[in-house]
Amino acid sequence: MPAEFYYGVEVFLNGLMAGVMYSLVALGFVLIFKASGIFNYAQGIMALFAAMTLVGFQEGQIPFAHLINAVFGTEVHHFGWTMPTFLAILFALGMMLLFAFLVERLILKHLVNQEPIILFMATIGLAYFMEGFGDLMWGSNVKRLDVGIPQGGNFWIEENTAFLGGEEFYGFYLDTLDIYATVIAVVLVISLVLFSQYTKTGRALRAVADDHQAALSVGISLRGIWVIVWAIAGFVALVAGIMWGAKSGVQFSLSLIALKALPVLMLGGFTSIPGAIVGGLIIGVGEKMFEFLIGAPLLGGATENWFAYMLALMFLVFRPQGLFGEKIIERV
Amino acid sequence: MSRKTASLDSRDSYVTADGRTIGPAVMEMQNITLRFGGVVAIQDISFDIREGEIRAIIGPNGAGKSSMLNVINGFYHPQEGHVIYKGEVRKPLKPYEIAHQGIARTFQNIALFKGMSTLDNIMTGRLTHMKTGMLAQALWWGKAQKEEVENRAFVEQIVDFLEIQSIRKVPVGRLPYGLQKRVELGRALAAQPSLLLLDEPMAGMNVEEKEDMSRFILDVNEEFGTTIALIEHDMSVVMDLADRVVVMDYGRKIGDGTPDEVRSNQAVIDAYLGVSHD
Repeated sequence: MPAEFYYGVEVFLNGLMAGVMYSLVALGFVLIFKASGIFNYAQGIMALFAAMTLVGFQEGQIPFAHLINAVFGTEVHHFGWTMPTFLAILFALGMMLLFAFLVERLILKHLVNQEPIILFMATIGLAYFMEGFGDLMWGSNVKRLDVGIPQGGNFWIEENTAFLGGEEFYGFYLDTLDIYATVIAVVLVISLVLFSQYTKTGRALRAVADDHQAALSVGISLRGIWVIVWAIAGFVALVAGIMWGAKSGVQFSLSLIALKALPVLMLGGFTSIPGAIVGGLIIGVGEKMFEFLIGAPLLGGATENWFAYMLALMFLVFRPQGLFGEKIIERV
Repeated sequence: MSRKTASLDSRDSYVTADGRTIGPAVMEMQNITLRFGGVVAIQDISFDIREGEIRAIIGPNGAGKSSMLNVINGFYHPQEGHVIYKGEVRKPLKPYEIAHQGIARTFQNIALFKGMSTLDNIMTGRLTHMKTGMLAQALWWGKAQKEEVENRAFVEQIVDFLEIQSIRKVPVGRLPYGLQKRVELGRALAAQPSLLLLDEPMAGMNVEEKEDMSRFILDVNEEFGTTIALIEHDMSVVMDLADRVVVMDYGRKIGDGTPDEVRSNQAVIDAYLGVSHD
């Protein structure tokens, strides 16, 4: 086999792992959309906010330090301690649960029975609020997130695959962080699926996603379920925030990964958890392979930036409900 | 017929001709009036539902039957009058609390979870009986697991009872109409309700499906002793099923009694067949 072929395989594997990262973000959208029909514009910001909170707790930052300093003329920034990563993750998780509760209490509760577009607008407002609030709370500087996952190429894999190709092939280059992210995402998805299939609350979640009236009639509290859904979406956002934050730093551009989730959703369908996974993998592999095979040699490169959106557009033309979404049938 | 009538004191029990014991009233509607703005949907109606009986509410289109069911259920709060349930005046409830008081219902236009399997749909009916916390469920921890298994076993009994074993894993959206109605009945039964409300259980069914459904309603009443209140258009079906019948027209009660009494009631005949104005 020529080295070219193995490079192709390497690109494919990297595409798969990039795809998993997209899926992580898309998953948060699907959860909320399924349960309440809301397209949550704030999902990206939630990931950013979760990551900022995690860093803040880890490094013992004083929340609203700049505000406090400006108002009282003090000079405080840190508590002076650092928190173990595991504990900080728990605290950040607690923060996302509180966030879910507040969203239901302050926003959704007042918008029951409103048009989807109004709920969508409310999430846009929420996104801008969170953006400002996050900066105010933890500062807008670029932060480094270290959760103890090693970064850079995995030498073990590189050394043990080097024998495959000839002289010019040095083994597969796979980022350790990406491998971790893949494993974590797989575990997360499997546990979400098991939870929704085999527990009372999971069944209630699916019931609400299916039919609100019927759910009420069997005694499911819609508002309770919404808190749970937003809490799970917050949890998923935290996981996505950790992975992306560790990869590329915690900064505002982290929230823009939500844009990459859109083509994933169009491919996979807004209502399907497996769809979000498969959609993410197809986008991840698709854009890397397109760049490798066609983009770089024929089009001058940088096709990764637009390939996903192009693919999504094609899907909108030929299969608007996505690969796994429910077919939209309107009876007249 | 030896069957006694509504004139009997609602605190007494009696035994029907076919040997079922009908207990005291489980629910009493006292002078219920329900308005939507200027429209009076129900006007000053009183009747009771006794433990263990099959009580029917009939009437022409727009008589206010579905509104009445929603009042019984707790979805609507009447402007005047009281609903006395299990001996106490019922306070206004939140929609999801209704199921927790022991009243289960089915809907005129089936309200099932179409994407979920028959089993899962019926399992949702057990929600009010499952108590373990979310964390325990998420970890599939001892008690949660035991509870899940017990409830699953209970649901299997219902599946057997309704003879829907062959479709337990099928998403209900794919089932024919008659079977969907049966699954909906199953979900309501899973809650082990003390009062079961059926909103036009035979609507849109063919003769065979109607016969099946009638049989199940009678069996449920006989084997589990479930109190049933049902709304139905089809007069002949109601007359065969019900112990007592309330007849409504334009939001008023025009008749109340055994099927035989109701059938011979002149106001009822007029409402159903029309009156000549000459």
